[in-house]
Amino acid sequence: MATSVFGSGIRRREDPRLITGAAAYTDDLSLPDMVHAAMLRSPHAHARITRIDSSRAKKAPGVIAVFTGAEIDALQAMPCAWLLPNSNLKVATYRCGACDVVRYVGDIVGVVVAETAYQAQDALELVDVDYEPLPVVTDPVSANKPGAPQLHPDVPNNEAFHWTVGGGDIDAAFKNAEVVVKERIVQQRLIPNAMEPRAALAHWKGASGELTLWNTTQNPHILRFLCSVVTGISEDKLRVVAPEVGGGFGSKIAAYPADFITVFCARKLNRPVKWTESRRENYQATTHGRDHVQEIELAAKKDGTILGLRATVWAGMGAYLSTAAPGIPTILHGLMLSGVYNLPALKEDVHGVYTNTTPVEAYRGAGRPEATFMIERMMEKLAAELKMDPAQVRLKNMIPRFENGHSVVTGLSYDSGDYPAGLKKLLDHVKYQELRKEQDDARKKGRYLGIGLATYVEICGLGPSQVAGAIGFQGGLWESAIVRFHPTGKVHVFIGASPHGQGEETTFAQIVASEIGVDVGDVKVFHGDTDVTPMGWGTYGSRTTAVGGAALVLATRKVKEKAKIIAAHLLEAAVEDIEYADGKFSVKGSPGKAKTIQDIALMAHVAWNMPKDVEAGLEASMFYDPPNFTYPFGSHLAVVEVDAETGQVDLKRYVALDDCGPQINPVIVEGQVHGGVVQGVGQALWEEAVYDENGQLLTGSMIDYALPRADLLPNIEVLSTVTPSPHHPLGLKGIGEAGTIASTAAVYNAVLDAVAPLGVKTLQMPMTPERVWRAMQQAQQP
Amino acid sequence: MKVPVTVTVNGRRYARDVEPRLLLVHFIRDLGGITGTKIGCDTSQCGACTVLLDGVAVRSCTCLAVQADGSAVTTIEGLAENGKLHPLQEAFWDKHGLQCGFCTPGMILAAHELLRTKPKPSDEEIRAGLEGNMCRCTGYHNIVRSVRQAAGVMAGR
Repeated sequence: MATSVFGSGIRRREDPRLITGAAAYTDDLSLPDMVHAAMLRSPHAHARITRIDSSRAKKAPGVIAVFTGAEIDALQAMPCAWLLPNSNLKVATYRCGACDVVRYVGDIVGVVVAETAYQAQDALELVDVDYEPLPVVTDPVSANKPGAPQLHPDVPNNEAFHWTVGGGDIDAAFKNAEVVVKERIVQQRLIPNAMEPRAALAHWKGASGELTLWNTTQNPHILRFLCSVVTGISEDKLRVVAPEVGGGFGSKIAAYPADFITVFCARKLNRPVKWTESRRENYQATTHGRDHVQEIELAAKKDGTILGLRATVWAGMGAYLSTAAPGIPTILHGLMLSGVYNLPALKEDVHGVYTNTTPVEAYRGAGRPEATFMIERMMEKLAAELKMDPAQVRLKNMIPRFENGHSVVTGLSYDSGDYPAGLKKLLDHVKYQELRKEQDDARKKGRYLGIGLATYVEICGLGPSQVAGAIGFQGGLWESAIVRFHPTGKVHVFIGASPHGQGEETTFAQIVASEIGVDVGDVKVFHGDTDVTPMGWGTYGSRTTAVGGAALVLATRKVKEKAKIIAAHLLEAAVEDIEYADGKFSVKGSPGKAKTIQDIALMAHVAWNMPKDVEAGLEASMFYDPPNFTYPFGSHLAVVEVDAETGQVDLKRYVALDDCGPQINPVIVEGQVHGGVVQGVGQALWEEAVYDENGQLLTGSMIDYALPRADLLPNIEVLSTVTPSPHHPLGLKGIGEAGTIASTAAVYNAVLDAVAPLGVKTLQMPMTPERVWRAMQQAQQP
Repeated sequence: MKVPVTVTVNGRRYARDVEPRLLLVHFIRDLGGITGTKIGCDTSQCGACTVLLDGVAVRSCTCLAVQADGSAVTTIEGLAENGKLHPLQEAFWDKHGLQCGFCTPGMILAAHELLRTKPKPSDEEIRAGLEGNMCRCTGYHNIVRSVRQAAGVMAGR
């Protein structure tokens, strides 16, 4: 019956339209009289525009208009929405169209609008721009030094912010240390590569002064608000629609100049305007992720007990601060540095630095993979230094099981966890001791097998709005849901969050079905349209189920309470005597006297016989502001073999154990883990955004940027434990980013473990055959 | 200068005058209004634009419309017959072989090509056969399971 639908791996409601080509993504939409925009982007990483002349382009076939940066004058500067407190934050002016200086390859200097996309593209080449190149700096450490090329006036040393986090007595920790291990880690810059490129379609209705923007966004309500700020169109006259969205991974959180320029053109020309980026533009101008240089030291005792962690991080922010960027390498990173361990003392300095590169934003995991990597690498180094087993060092320092709150040195209070149980289950599953023996045997035969572990805890379900305000996030972080019954007992659900591949049309229907006894097929979930759905803050940070799911279950329970009152009236019983089970409201002691939710829905709508003072209809809405974050956790293990002749890394086995609380749909949970793991593996082994000394992006297409491919990966074994969150009404925690957070460190540790007998102590990611081979050669030299 | 081109897409004839440089994918999407075929990379790396040209998989972003003159194209919209999903479509649904769905049309048609040329592939052969199609959501694990299921169903009929 209906209640068992929670926890069942049913097929997704989304899929029929997606597997038949019926789904409509932004670029699939067309409107009568629609024209096409193409953005003119700077080919220089840093230059002064000395002349710009669009007269030739304006005469080109099909061209309707050309606007240069200075002519895109009706748009306000791009807002930054995470104003980090206590950090000396300097938000440099981020114009939609540059008019004097360009600061990265891809900075917009103008726009062409033409009848066809081909014509718009052709005419770009006819806009004459003279540039006077300026000195370029692309890496955050160099950019932060005195004398480096300066990107923005009034931002000395390009320092966008200097943020610190600390707790405990860090000096004492290092004074009392019996062993200190140090490491310098480069978390290379990554390109998110959602398969769907970004796109915008803007439709201005001059008569009413209204505008609709279809956009590839993860958070249409935030975008509506920001669009209102930048374009000046009032919020009530703006409708933002996220139609089908083809993946985001953080790159579709930000508001982008190109989208607002598309709006600007539609309004100016009074015609629908569509803009779709090419993949090259996506690489150059859609936000990137990571880009940290981390210097870390860990203090410990000889028995493996950790005492303190000290770190300095330079985080490349790109040429401008993207919408949520300042919070990523700070709040979402530094506050998680205790990981799953009892860490008595911590001090971290983070320097956010402007560089002549594409702006950096959240990228799957956003700050937490960078934190997890730091701790997990240091635990591994400590184990090697003390000649202890890496699993044992971890278990020795782990926070023991807790069910309702555990405070860590960063000031956070984790909700619930059982880290040792997860790690032990993982080790049992892989028969860890036998695996180590297998490794020894392989080494004797000259084969370099490596075993890598990573444990993690992540901060999800962002988050209490009061905390959001305190940490400078310029918005709330609650979510909303409306549950509306129709007369026949069918249900429409409207949510503020905006899933784009994660499957909440299915899992949210499962929540409603299991709460109130309707068939899962009778629940339809609406999202992604600001005219239709209640306000919500969007889908990112593994928060849609953790926060939106809570709003939904509580809204459903409100409906249930009203249904009870109606049932009591119809059954001529007291409300207290009505029990609910399996979709039926019955009188205690006489199960024959019952009304189904469908009976009640019908009566609520015809309203012929309603209880006194109860209004007609059957629906409820809920705005849910969580009391705390949620903290999913897990342990992952990778097995690799390194070819000593070529440096090639073969990922032979990957086992993920994750705890996201109870699982609504285990098949969807597994899918999230698979995808997340592979994205993290990509960082460890293949992916890297490379700039040359002039700021040209050398990995500017899928030809040069190595994405994970099917033939390079094993099947992924997925395990789980279930530790409910004490504060979520269903105990749910979130799973979207878990895989990515653990897997980079697990694979890195495995590769280092494999080549340890050759004396290799560190490697730079991605661990390409060339890098691994060179490291092996150097380590072997006397 | 425009040239006349006739392409049959999913059984329906489309006669259009096109620029010689027009890509087949734009012919299908923009002139035909059939938008199930996706454009993911512009450089023939990602495979999202894969269609069947006279039964053989091609990347419609690196094929000119004029090259397809007189040919029959099958896109994702044309794969189901008489309202019944193709075993590959059914299998991707059953095995959660998709998340955001953007790579899916190309992935399914590339898998179609794989099973046409190799009806009973091993997992390794499935992975090798799909190495030219990028998916950022699934980590490929469930795509392999989907293709394995479809191969079984298709072999049995």
